[in-house]
Amino acid sequence: MSHPSTYKPGSGIERWLDRRLPILRFANDTLIEFPTPKNLNYWWTFGGILAICLVIQIITGVILAMHYTPHKDFAFDSVEHIMRDVNYGWLMRYVHSNGASMFFLAVYIHMFRGLYYGSYKDPREMLWILGVVIFLLMMATAFLGYVLPWGQMSFWGATVITNLFGAIPLVGESIRTWLWGGFSVDNATLNRFYSLHYLLPFAILGVVVLHIWALHVPGNNNPTGVEVRDVKKDTVPFHPYYTLKDGFAIAVFMVLFAAFVFFNPNGLGHPDNYIPANPLVTPAEIVPEWYLLPFYAILRAITFDVGPISSKLGGVICMFGSILVLFVLPWLDTSKVRSMRYRPVARLWFVLFVGACLWLGYLGGQPAEGRNVLFAQIATAYYFAFFLIVLPLLGVFEKTKPLPKSIADSVLKQQRAPLAEPAAVAAE
Amino acid sequence: MKTMTTMLRPLIVAASAVAIVGPAEAAGGNALEARHEHWHFNGPFGAYDKEALQRGFQVYRTVCASCHAVEQLSFRHLGDKGGPFHLDDCPADVGEGVDCSNPNENPIVKAIAAEYEITDGPDDTGDMFQRPGLTSDGIPGPYANEQQARSVNSGAYPPNLALIMKARHHGPDYVYSLLTGYEAAPASVELAPGQYYNPYFAGDMSQLLKDDYRDDEGRPLESAEIPPGGVLAMAPPLADGIVDYADDSVPETVDQYSRDVAEFLTWAAEPKMEQRKSLGVVTMGYLIILTIILFFSYRAIWSKVDH
Repeated sequence: MSHPSTYKPGSGIERWLDRRLPILRFANDTLIEFPTPKNLNYWWTFGGILAICLVIQIITGVILAMHYTPHKDFAFDSVEHIMRDVNYGWLMRYVHSNGASMFFLAVYIHMFRGLYYGSYKDPREMLWILGVVIFLLMMATAFLGYVLPWGQMSFWGATVITNLFGAIPLVGESIRTWLWGGFSVDNATLNRFYSLHYLLPFAILGVVVLHIWALHVPGNNNPTGVEVRDVKKDTVPFHPYYTLKDGFAIAVFMVLFAAFVFFNPNGLGHPDNYIPANPLVTPAEIVPEWYLLPFYAILRAITFDVGPISSKLGGVICMFGSILVLFVLPWLDTSKVRSMRYRPVARLWFVLFVGACLWLGYLGGQPAEGRNVLFAQIATAYYFAFFLIVLPLLGVFEKTKPLPKSIADSVLKQQRAPLAEPAAVAAE
Repeated sequence: MKTMTTMLRPLIVAASAVAIVGPAEAAGGNALEARHEHWHFNGPFGAYDKEALQRGFQVYRTVCASCHAVEQLSFRHLGDKGGPFHLDDCPADVGEGVDCSNPNENPIVKAIAAEYEITDGPDDTGDMFQRPGLTSDGIPGPYANEQQARSVNSGAYPPNLALIMKARHHGPDYVYSLLTGYEAAPASVELAPGQYYNPYFAGDMSQLLKDDYRDDEGRPLESAEIPPGGVLAMAPPLADGIVDYADDSVPETVDQYSRDVAEFLTWAAEPKMEQRKSLGVVTMGYLIILTIILFFSYRAIWSKVDH
């Protein structure tokens, strides 16, 4: 949270610098002294984990770019060249490809945490909206990156996704041609995707800076959802308390990351992407990476026309709508209470929502036929109902539990009666 | 080179007698699940069996190479650390000053490369010329291009094997099952000449049911059992005794050949696996110690705070 600066320049150089570019004061106030609620649980460590993920992706990506060739005749073999002949190229590539999965794993947990504890509510709407922007940019970057090895799944994934734009009335065809740089996914497409895949992570980095800025003005939310009343009693300085706690969580996350990179590096990929792209042979199944499956399921769930809207366009609208709805979430949730710890009914709907997302993820990887279509339609309907019906109404009708007076108060109460909130503890 | 061609001639003939139809493209189908085998390279500490890699290379070179390329492999890869012919020290008959751990100086790799004829050039007069292979050359495939491969194989295109293990679900189990899984087609189906039945190959056998098993409109009868798997254009490539192993204690059977070639092709797809796993063990150890230290530091710092 915004707080008076406590920085005292020690040496002469620091005083000199402080009058000209107070960068040390800034670092001190945001990374060291920054007052942070003392009751944050492990779900709050994913912000730090995500920052590390972004840095890892950028470093490995820059190195991969030194050895990669963005041409349809050479891209596939240049990736194999990295795997076989570049010193530790296999490490760079496996860290980068699994890093994307780890990045999304962390961002989904981070988003569900924000949803559960009402971190998007006044005064943190901008923080949340910037987060959704980052998420959109991440999805675009991941999709573009998956095309670069120019394997079968790269090519056909690119074909399926770019064709979606063709569903837009009147201008769809032109947009698609413009995206492709021609009349099908081809060398021009690969070139521009490479260029954009290198550009977007730096856009993400920029929005992350805004995201952290927007965090540092109102300060962290916390599991009680009660604002900080007394900085002394309710907060601890970020360093060393949260640098160490986040550091520990990051290390645990790295163990999982390393387990994939070193012992199952292709476990999250699709074998077809080790077959070079072939426009004449369509793979038996075209599936995106796991982290995009829920949205793929929503896309394919719309199998019926609604008036002038074709099923294809309807699917595209729903898929983009499922992310766009997040932008207005702060105004859809009408409840005065932030944390679902004190919202017993909302908590049940939230658990169902997480279930629906996981179910959509599963269905996205299955063939869209038979019962799967109906299931995906039910899950999609619930996904939207949660935001558009459940959250607006609950704020009016739900009877919430009493809130603790302050963060310090809730901490003391928990210590006196550790089993007072079994459900909330379990949910953490 | 002459020995190579003589060795390969019967196989080239056999391979040429394949498929009238194109390759059965994977169409889902109901192929049998690949048999789960034990492999030396399984698990976090698994490594390749170097002798199996050498035998596997021999099987590849004697049998598979007549139709299948290993596009991403160069001769020098064979002498890389973890590769089939890597040497830590030079054999006794190699002179001073040679570093045999360098694949380009490895006498075995150099000898293998020299057995191949490579087209190089253009020379000073603008002509291409033939020369013996060098360690830096890619291992030449059997065909100049896809069109030639298809015309020789009646339309079928034998896939590149350098990545086949990563390009199939459970690659090693699948390739092993496929190579050992050929069997006579069930009585209910009729195969065209050049089609070979394999229950592990993805395909759709309902297309090949005999008329007795179809109704008037040509649909399979409900009582007709559709055999698992599919047909492919590759004749059973292996037979007992077809490759002569130097080590007499190793059986010269289809099963052993399949196992060895699967090991070699797994190495070909993932040559840095041993390096990866050994670095992984070190990294994991480092991370776990770091995690423990961070955990206790975190606990110590927070012990003075009510939270």
